[in-house]
Amino acid sequence: MSNLTHLTIKDALKGLKSKDFTSAELTQAHIDAMGAAKDLNAYITETPDLALEQAKASDERRAKGEAGALDGIPLAIKDLFCTKNVQTTAASNILEGFKPQYESTVSSKLFDAGAVMLGKANLDEFAMGSSNTTSFYGNVINPWKSQNSNKDLTPGGSSGGSAASVAAYIAMGATGTDTGGSIRQPAAFCGISGIKPTYGRCSRWGVVAFASSLDQAGTFARTVEDNALLLRTMSGHDPKDSTSAKKDVPDFVAALNGDIKGLKVGIPKEYRVDGMPEEISKLWGQGIEWLKSAGAEIVDISLPHTHYALPTYYIIAPAEASSNLARYDGVRYGQRADEKDLIDMYELTRAQGFGDEVKRRIMIGTYVLSAGYYDAYYIKAQKVRRLISEDFKKAYEKCDVLLTPTAPSAAFAIGENEDDPIKMYLNDVFTVPASLAGLPGMSVPAGTDKDGLPLGLQIIGRPWDEETVLKVAQKIENLAQFKLWSPQSK
Amino acid sequence: MSLDQETVKKVARLARIRLEDEEIVKLGPQLSNIITFVEQLAEVDTDNVEPLASVVDINLELRDDVINDGGCVDKVLTNAPETTQGYFVVPKVVGGENE
Repeated sequence: MSNLTHLTIKDALKGLKSKDFTSAELTQAHIDAMGAAKDLNAYITETPDLALEQAKASDERRAKGEAGALDGIPLAIKDLFCTKNVQTTAASNILEGFKPQYESTVSSKLFDAGAVMLGKANLDEFAMGSSNTTSFYGNVINPWKSQNSNKDLTPGGSSGGSAASVAAYIAMGATGTDTGGSIRQPAAFCGISGIKPTYGRCSRWGVVAFASSLDQAGTFARTVEDNALLLRTMSGHDPKDSTSAKKDVPDFVAALNGDIKGLKVGIPKEYRVDGMPEEISKLWGQGIEWLKSAGAEIVDISLPHTHYALPTYYIIAPAEASSNLARYDGVRYGQRADEKDLIDMYELTRAQGFGDEVKRRIMIGTYVLSAGYYDAYYIKAQKVRRLISEDFKKAYEKCDVLLTPTAPSAAFAIGENEDDPIKMYLNDVFTVPASLAGLPGMSVPAGTDKDGLPLGLQIIGRPWDEETVLKVAQKIENLAQFKLWSPQSK
Repeated sequence: MSLDQETVKKVARLARIRLEDEEIVKLGPQLSNIITFVEQLAEVDTDNVEPLASVVDINLELRDDVINDGGCVDKVLTNAPETTQGYFVVPKVVGGENE
């Protein structure tokens, strides 16, 4: 039954419908595969009993003709989504043992559609990182290996467990969240596709907050169409999140009609950064050729403030994080240090509960928000954020969608880039600008580097135009003929 | 700008994170590097630019002023480190040495 794990979601739904197999069988195949892939550390909490129970209920619904849009499909849920009565840690020591008494809107929409939860996927602590090495529950290992080295590679971050689980066939799809690239960069590193929709498309209710003006939920899957299937179910207005948009959710799957003739694809010249590896610029050029051959028109555009996106992000995101993470005080939930004095208890609880990267970001955020610095840092960053957002608006007067590389390198070895926080931050140089502007962005695997490791291309769309993003991504998917990870690719 | 040890201590205090001396020594240069990195923004001319707080044009709506949730003290307290009689328990505050 092991080949059941290699199906796409679309084909699995067909197989379930035509009674080729049951959700219980499909789910059991994944649970078995999870057992054999423990070394990847993709899950913080595995929920096999719950999964089998959900699968059984799904089979019963299907027998009664009441199957939902994703009925019986086993998924990984990033451990940043609160799941009722299932430990939710945000990969932090401070939340160890926390069992939410409610379900996040996104996960409840998936469950309402019949999805099965295999477990809670590992991530960087509070989603702060680009390599999944800041998790209190250990590093996630990328299933891919370089052809020239046996070193363990990072799956990217922060949604490293989500990406690794889908790439390693121990989940058919996964939820992720993306604040500055946390879906797109791990998707690229693991050779799968992932989409961060427009800010406001998915409800943030029940998602552990990192930087609220940037956080957005999205999906991972092995095909663009599977992403569209998941996103269609997860999206939609939620009165419990005031920033979720009152907009109809388009049929993202129906948008995949393959027609991109006459579409204007913008190529931002500022993304040709100094020191970009030749393989990445070559792949980018290849992507341009593919889209041209499919009838798209290529337009050179300029996003003049691109260079300032990372410094802007590293003010705004830590500032919002320092405020959001003030709630972890050892009083209402999570770990508490044993101290007689209240302030001492707060300080020791947070010292013991947070890891180094989280502490660094809280400190930066606290500093830039502190008296005397607020205008110089935080307000200044918000002003530059407007300029970055306006750059995109101007670009979209000339084109419909942008094509860029997803990340400046392929997956790197675990432990690399750890000596200097800024070096790690540079991983997100191509993904952060779209996050600051709230735009939908998708990474699709398009080729490999000299070591045989996957590289992704990023498609960035207009606000609320995930349909075009998905359509272009699928065109690249079809033309790239990218070979997914297989045990042989080791 | 470089953050001296006194500033790091002050910020840690504001953030309610206890730092050991060796952590302060280690964090100082790291934080200074990040601050120097973000200070590139000073080059950008932002005269007459309004700060952008939210990227999406959504009008915040007022909901009806009715009770639509509550009555779940047990759920609220489920994850608390210490509770008694429907309350969270914290270390004694009144008459403490701090503040």
